[in-house]
Amino acid sequence: MQELTYDIVIIGGGPAGLSAAYSAYKNGADDILIIERDFELGGILQQCIHNGFGLHHFKEELTGPGYAQRCLELIANKPEITTMVDTMVLDISTEKKVLAVSPKEGLMKITGKTIILTMGCRERTRGAIRIPGERPAGVFTAGAAQRMVNMVGYLPGHKIVILGSGDIGLIMARRMSLEGCQVQAVLEICPFSNGLTRNIVQCLQDYDIPLLLAHTITKIHGKDRVTGITVAKVDAKMQPIAGTEFDIECDTLLLSVGLIPENELSRGLHLEMHPLTNGPIVDQHRTTSMSGVYAAGNVVHVHDLVDFVSEEAEIAGKFAALEVKGKLHNDLRKIKVKTGEGIRTCVPQILDIPPEGEAVKLFMRVGAPERKVKLEILSAGKVIQNKILPVAKPSEMIAVDISAENTKLMGSELIVRLSRGV
Amino acid sequence: MDFIRDIDVVVIGGGVTGTAILRELSKYALKCMLIEKEPDLALGTTKANSAIIHSGFDAPFGTQKALTNVRGNRLYHELQNQLGLDIKWLGSLVVAVNDEEMLTLKDLLVRGIKNGVKNLELLDRAATLAKEPNLKQDIKGSLWAPTAGVCWPFGIALAFARCAVQNGAEVLTNCAAKKILTKDDTIVGVETSLGNIKAKYIINAAGLAADKIAAMAGDTSFTIHPRKGEYILFDKTASPSLVNGIVFPTPTKQSKGILICTTVHGNTFIGPNAHDQEDVEDKSTTSVGMDEIIASSQKLIDKVPLGAAITEFSGLRAVSNTGDFIIREGTVKGLIHAAGIQSPGLSAAPAIAEEVVELIAEFEPEWSLKRNFKAIVTRRKVFSELKIEEQSKLCNENKLYGRIVCRCETVTEGEIVDAIHETCGARTLDGVKRRTRAGMGRCQGGFCGPKVTQILARELNIPLTEVLKEGSASKMFFEKKLPGEDTK
Repeated sequence: MQELTYDIVIIGGGPAGLSAAYSAYKNGADDILIIERDFELGGILQQCIHNGFGLHHFKEELTGPGYAQRCLELIANKPEITTMVDTMVLDISTEKKVLAVSPKEGLMKITGKTIILTMGCRERTRGAIRIPGERPAGVFTAGAAQRMVNMVGYLPGHKIVILGSGDIGLIMARRMSLEGCQVQAVLEICPFSNGLTRNIVQCLQDYDIPLLLAHTITKIHGKDRVTGITVAKVDAKMQPIAGTEFDIECDTLLLSVGLIPENELSRGLHLEMHPLTNGPIVDQHRTTSMSGVYAAGNVVHVHDLVDFVSEEAEIAGKFAALEVKGKLHNDLRKIKVKTGEGIRTCVPQILDIPPEGEAVKLFMRVGAPERKVKLEILSAGKVIQNKILPVAKPSEMIAVDISAENTKLMGSELIVRLSRGV
Repeated sequence: MDFIRDIDVVVIGGGVTGTAILRELSKYALKCMLIEKEPDLALGTTKANSAIIHSGFDAPFGTQKALTNVRGNRLYHELQNQLGLDIKWLGSLVVAVNDEEMLTLKDLLVRGIKNGVKNLELLDRAATLAKEPNLKQDIKGSLWAPTAGVCWPFGIALAFARCAVQNGAEVLTNCAAKKILTKDDTIVGVETSLGNIKAKYIINAAGLAADKIAAMAGDTSFTIHPRKGEYILFDKTASPSLVNGIVFPTPTKQSKGILICTTVHGNTFIGPNAHDQEDVEDKSTTSVGMDEIIASSQKLIDKVPLGAAITEFSGLRAVSNTGDFIIREGTVKGLIHAAGIQSPGLSAAPAIAEEVVELIAEFEPEWSLKRNFKAIVTRRKVFSELKIEEQSKLCNENKLYGRIVCRCETVTEGEIVDAIHETCGARTLDGVKRRTRAGMGRCQGGFCGPKVTQILARELNIPLTEVLKEGSASKMFFEKKLPGEDTK
């Protein structure tokens, strides 16, 4: 069995892993490994052939593979960065020993002085939301169907219903229409859509696909292959209302019902996890509860834009590089970031601030749609920063920059909350 | 009349009962085969049940159920090593939440001892909570049955079949019995969807269809009706917050109750409920049923981790009108029934098989046991169970073991290829899933489903569009239309 050592081992070669690698390199690291389980680097971007990526990060509109290509070009031909594809990480020990396997190299023990976790996320399934009915072929997660259509070249079916108005569901509604399939409806259990507004317009309205809000599936029909579904309206508690049921004929059901950070390896490391983000708790450098282990991208919290994934991963890459070079600040003051009224999650959950202060960026999600609210950031009983939000949606992450000067004013706790009636 | 086979014994039904019988028959120097109407073995009652090898205190003393359960449990201890079966002898608890239920447990203890169950013990609250700390703190006590275990029912049926095949028996899938052929009230064969089979004996192990098979021979001496049981299965990460073993509530007259139980592969489930229905094919889950099993399990445990549910499914029990197993000769000569095999049928299968074959052997004193019966079945390699050194060696021998296809359950491409090409191998996506666990994890095949489909197409040398999930109309993917073709 091969035994290898690298200064920085990055688990996952999607946008987060690639961005982390490039940033680590830019910040002086010269012994970096990226491990990717798929046959090629780029992650889920490679199956996202639609446009709309990169406006923030690369200042131009790219497709998913286009964005991945940009990331790949940044790390290409750099002897400081090694990549392994078709390689699966089986385990990471608390001594930062990574057990990985590939058909080409067999089993490998790879020790990292630091580790960056960039495993991304996976899709919630039928079972997780307990859709009743039969269990025929033709029920797919939207991402699995997207991979088959865009990368392998087959259709999941012809008459489609999509459950969930998350972005992948909306994108797939358009994609299946373009492939000549009949998209019967997109159903959403919430009274509001969970996708980006631009996707509702460009993927549903432009193709006359009905979006049924506050509706869900109460039964899947079909012994061998899906033949239809029963749909019902739901009440304020998201429970189906008896008497409102109707059937929709279809041969395929695509599910876009949420994403879950892939943290099996993080749990194996016993990292402290956040119950609402389902990711490791991190500070603004994306350091986890274990020293030398960083995490960034969708593994920390699910993003709606890949641009922010790259931004976050660059931070992790930078600080992993600084750690390897022994340049980390060691006089840091810990500040806990707490969520107050209206805010569901905030990353980072901890700030480690040096005496001279440090500019940080907070990423937040609201719990429910809001209009005309004020986002307040409080510390030591005082509002140190605020921002008026004309609209706030759970599907769109809110980013707030805090200046180095302001971080010096903070007490041991920071609270982020919404103030309504502005 | 043309016959595709001329043999001694045909077993109808490839569930755990039928395959156990086929294996028992294959010990004799005779020609025997099993026919199964579905594309794979064990797709009926064997596929979806609680996967428990019961100790045997539940069935009334003297019934076939009680006798074969206790004997079957002992036989599995021997068979486990020979056939490489996945069984963990975790023991079971029946938990009482009040004094009345404690009295019921005392009755069960007495009955169990009478049935011949070893080492039963009544536990007080503290001893029960020591075994299962997540149970509600105010429970009263429990009945501890250390001889109970959890197992992998599909794997058991497959191992029985593979053992029989290596001893000369034949298994035909996609082969439905159409008509039982008789002459002068004596079996002469069976007409199937694949052709006529000449046979001296027919063993009816057709599960939910056993009464229909009997009726084909004019035997209407019993009826079978389906009783549905629904389940919720949780991700392995939820297991520490649930139970360590098998936990029953105290039974009522209607049912053994809805249990909380760990699986042999480390998941935990809650279920089953029990509802009689007419349709022998309706295995849909219902929201009413889900609510019922959730509410019931909350009587024993405070927090049911519903967010960690990974799938829901249901199974159908084959309940006979007699309430007991029907293991006897039919009304025509040469027809033997192994019918009405509901719980504890899985536990009883090896004992039922012995009984059925002894029944035939009585009629055929000249039949002799083979000298060279091969009892050991080689277990397919399971990458995730191996030590690191063994994994490394395997990867060096065959590169396909170095490619993880199912991330959630760590299943390699090598194992999937093995499962397709082994005796009674997988032909469908669900067939691969049942054999290797690829797709059984938390992402439920989201990542590996398309990959397994591609591997099946490659290994079976069929177009990807012909790969099935399970049944004949369960295609997974379709060709894209060519450019220029009308799309509307």
